[in-house]
Amino acid sequence: MAKKVIPRVITYLFLIIAVVVSLFPFYFMFVSATNTNHEILAAPPTLMFGSSLMSNLATLSKKIDCVRVFINSLFVSVTFTALVILIDSMAGYALVKYQFKGRGIFFAVIMMTMMIPMEAMYIPLFTLMTNIGWANSYQAVILPPLANAFGIFLMRQNFIAFPTAMLEAARLDGCNEFQIFGRIVMPNMKPALGALGIYMFMSVWNSFMWPLIILSTKDMYTFPVALSMLEGNQWRRDYGVIMLMASITTLPIMAIFLIFQKQFVAGIMGGAIKE
Amino acid sequence: MSTQTATSKETNAQTRPPKPKAGFFSHFKLSIKTAPYYFLLPAILVFGAFMVYPVISSLILSFQTFDMGEYSFVALDNYKTLMGDPIFWQALGNTCIYLIIQVPAMVVLSLTFATLLDQKFLKGRTLFRMSLFLPSITALVAYALIFKLLFNTEYGMINYMLSMFGVDKIDWLNTAWGARFTIIAGITWRWTGYNMIIMIAGLQAIPLELYESADIDGAGAWKKFWYITVPMMKSIILFVSITSTIGTLQMFDESFILTNGGPDNATITVGHYLYNSGFRYFKFGYAAAISYVLVLVIGILSFLQFKFTNGGED
Repeated sequence: MAKKVIPRVITYLFLIIAVVVSLFPFYFMFVSATNTNHEILAAPPTLMFGSSLMSNLATLSKKIDCVRVFINSLFVSVTFTALVILIDSMAGYALVKYQFKGRGIFFAVIMMTMMIPMEAMYIPLFTLMTNIGWANSYQAVILPPLANAFGIFLMRQNFIAFPTAMLEAARLDGCNEFQIFGRIVMPNMKPALGALGIYMFMSVWNSFMWPLIILSTKDMYTFPVALSMLEGNQWRRDYGVIMLMASITTLPIMAIFLIFQKQFVAGIMGGAIKE
Repeated sequence: MSTQTATSKETNAQTRPPKPKAGFFSHFKLSIKTAPYYFLLPAILVFGAFMVYPVISSLILSFQTFDMGEYSFVALDNYKTLMGDPIFWQALGNTCIYLIIQVPAMVVLSLTFATLLDQKFLKGRTLFRMSLFLPSITALVAYALIFKLLFNTEYGMINYMLSMFGVDKIDWLNTAWGARFTIIAGITWRWTGYNMIIMIAGLQAIPLELYESADIDGAGAWKKFWYITVPMMKSIILFVSITSTIGTLQMFDESFILTNGGPDNATITVGHYLYNSGFRYFKFGYAAAISYVLVLVIGILSFLQFKFTNGGED
């Protein structure tokens, strides 16, 4: 009996320590959002919730229009996610369920672009956006990341299992190809679309480098950019305010994760495991 | 390109619907032959504008310099300068440090967590898994700021805890190895849960019979892990290692926020150096050359991964 108990205790102990390390920074962030700079930078650092949440919020509101940032982030993320779901599922569907000239080449090109880092494209994209007058605009943030091979690959993998007989039946019933896709295929793919959607929503909500490059005025900032700007002068850094903003940035994604965690995990697993 | 193939393909489609007159526009009529091109059209447009165009434009740019608002052709000068640029080599060297220290640590941790979470006796599995995964959803900027505060020299939590064990204050963010350690701690915290999920998916694909027959042979947990789990997970481990290495090559948010690449470029990455060259010093041609070297290195790594995983799997 003892032989079994000890490894189990060690397993639990190890996992509990890991969970504490995982969650402590979140706890510290939330706690610090309710404390003053003075309390955060005390020795020992304050680890209990304080009473300065409202005053931190007031200071934050003076520096950044949080509602505006929230609207920017939400608009960019929702639009991007809707477009990426549509584009990727259409492309993935075409690559699996149709025989056509160029299919192999098209798929090969898409897979090859997976190796090209987004950073490699930022210089020409910046010049392009500036030249067509799109610098500092929503479309400049939303459009370039749409060229996303991962989503097409993920949807392709999911369409492989979709029964072709259902498509044939719909054709016999007189549906045209768009109707088949819109009325029969998409409604049956909700789990896969959910996984893709949540994954993409999160990646764009958190994206930093491209928005930092292309956005130049406060009224256009998304959360990560606004948060990085808040840091400012290191001698007058107000950590309570910074941690409050970090909390506001993190909370919506946390909520989405807790609600949709199953689909979310499916999205990551789908990308790693090949057929 | 796509429209050309679409039209040439259309001639076959004519035979299907019995339409007597075939005008020019009937080539584009929706049918089972034309539909795939319509479905692919948005992807083609997006990839053309935001992938193919920048990739080509970047290549041309890498043979030019941008000075006083004017571009001039300089052949391979940018690449030659780059090969003699100590900061660039430092950036590649930093990625090697992460490859040697951080990647193995994270692989061992994520495989260990995945294996432990896979134990039958474990209660509260979902709760453990969700908690360990939670760091992976945090915005990089947000967690970098939290770590910056935790690793603060004078007032940080880490130094306070160390002081309880009698360790003197460590200047984490302003010494080369301190800053590297902070970044390593940060990315390990952020990505271990993510890789753990991938490992769990891999573990579930291992046939249970292997473990059952090992049980009959009386193999212990450690032997089963070492002789069944690890060999069966070889390709997943490689996948995680290479994607993580590619990630550290491109890493920007952490080094930008936490250490700003410093001190003395001790934590700069290729991605961060590319940003500095392009958007701080506006050396567009030079930055484009860096991006092409980045593409090349990532291409080699991806090729290695592809080659070895195909060998590892059936």
